[in-house]
Amino acid sequence: MNRIEIEHLTKYYGNKLVLDDISLNVKEHEVVTLIGASGSGKSTLLRCVNNLVDFNEGDIRIDGRSLFDQSFGPAALYKKVGIVFQAYNLFPTMTVLDNITLAPRKVHGKTKKDSENKAKELLRLLDLEDFADSYPEQLSGGQQQRVAIVRAMATEPELLLLDEITAALDPELIGGVLSVIKELKTKGMTMLIVTHEMGFARDVSDRVCFLDGGKIIEEAPPQKLFTTPENTRTQNFLQRIIESGRL
Amino acid sequence: MKKQSPSPAKRRGSSSRFKETIVPHLISISAVLIVFFILRAIIVQAEQWPRIKAQFFNLQVIIEVFPKVLHGFGINMAVWVISLVVIAVWALLLAIFRSLNGPWFAPLRVFAIVYIDLLRGLPSLLLVLLFGFGMPALNIPGLPKSNIFWGALAMISSYSAYAAEVYRSGMDSVHDGQRAAAKALGLNQGQTLRYAILPQAVRNVIPSLLNLAVALQKDVALLSVLGVRDAVREAQIYTARTFNYSTLIAAAILFLIATIPMARFTDWVTERDRKRRLQRTQ
Repeated sequence: MNRIEIEHLTKYYGNKLVLDDISLNVKEHEVVTLIGASGSGKSTLLRCVNNLVDFNEGDIRIDGRSLFDQSFGPAALYKKVGIVFQAYNLFPTMTVLDNITLAPRKVHGKTKKDSENKAKELLRLLDLEDFADSYPEQLSGGQQQRVAIVRAMATEPELLLLDEITAALDPELIGGVLSVIKELKTKGMTMLIVTHEMGFARDVSDRVCFLDGGKIIEEAPPQKLFTTPENTRTQNFLQRIIESGRL
Repeated sequence: MKKQSPSPAKRRGSSSRFKETIVPHLISISAVLIVFFILRAIIVQAEQWPRIKAQFFNLQVIIEVFPKVLHGFGINMAVWVISLVVIAVWALLLAIFRSLNGPWFAPLRVFAIVYIDLLRGLPSLLLVLLFGFGMPALNIPGLPKSNIFWGALAMISSYSAYAAEVYRSGMDSVHDGQRAAAKALGLNQGQTLRYAILPQAVRNVIPSLLNLAVALQKDVALLSVLGVRDAVREAQIYTARTFNYSTLIAAAILFLIATIPMARFTDWVTERDRKRRLQRTQ
């Protein structure tokens, strides 16, 4: 069963074509990773899926319902789809606990008590329970990013989008964040991921898509794409990654 | 938050600490005092000094008129405090109106833009005269006739336009990622403002707002042109009778007593805010 269906997606920034007729499906429990150089359009594609970015042509359906469907409003869409950002984007004037319980309480009508219990349970799972009353600035980047994951999970989304979630982290903090994502995969979370961490992409993905110039150039299971890529552009990209020691 | 490494002075014991921390202060203080006394000696010896002193610094006159000027100053400060509260709320509303998206909010948006352009473009004094003399002259039943009321309203109208722009710059300075995060959590436009944007925007502009508050603190004296018996007016009444300007100096001293600590407080808040931002980018 397809949970995300992207069809002939085309997007311009001004005159610049950033997404060029992209079609891609993500199935139930599947983890699909988008890789490619900066400016290849992978983050834009990801943000189109949850309507943070408008697109010019094509359609996106979540569980069969188009983003253009008037009855498929923001509350319903964002209940289904969670996102974690590169820069965490936690609200600095709120405590960790308030960051996490904001959407459950204000958007989904949960009581303060219920949402806080749920939030504390999630924080405990990620060893963050001591930080419930801290402010985001008091936490390290890795801790903030794990709080951001908890915030995204607090509304119990069925699909999770990860937008370069380790790109702003110091190397020694990356592992802790990625192990959380691997844990989510074992629990069957459906995910669409943009990352520069090739090792992580190889370990966690069911399918990897290489984007270049706004097109999906090659799409294959990680064992295949990372070892015997067919397209020369994919080969060149991976060659550069290997030379810089990142795979 | 990094701990500072111990200063060299601490490691070398108390005698060098005296040299490094206390001596420079002593030098500064002595230097200022020396310059002060030299200037004073020059001024006091000047031929015109006795006349200047009698005209502006007549202690007897200052003492005589002080209770009235102080009472007037109380009116200045009361108008100031009430205006501050109203401005803080009204300007925030204007900034929110201006920031609203969507075709249905166009009237509010246009209203805010026109209001800010008009009121920021006019001299406060002109507004005070227009409101303070013009509105009571209309004799519309039900409207207050007090010139303090209309004068204060003129100041509020004018300063709200500035404060609204300050709030708006604060809202613009909130990173786009915050809006994206709020949207992706399913918050609507109002909730995004209420929970994500405004708390950060207000925190970012508090130093600028305090600067406006300092400016308003002395501009409330403009109400004296309406005949409101504030500190300046009281001082002028005496001056008109005696042609001695020491009473204006009395009013000036009162204003300084109020504005200088306020300005220092603003500096302190600004500095604290700057440190907080630095820390965040580390």
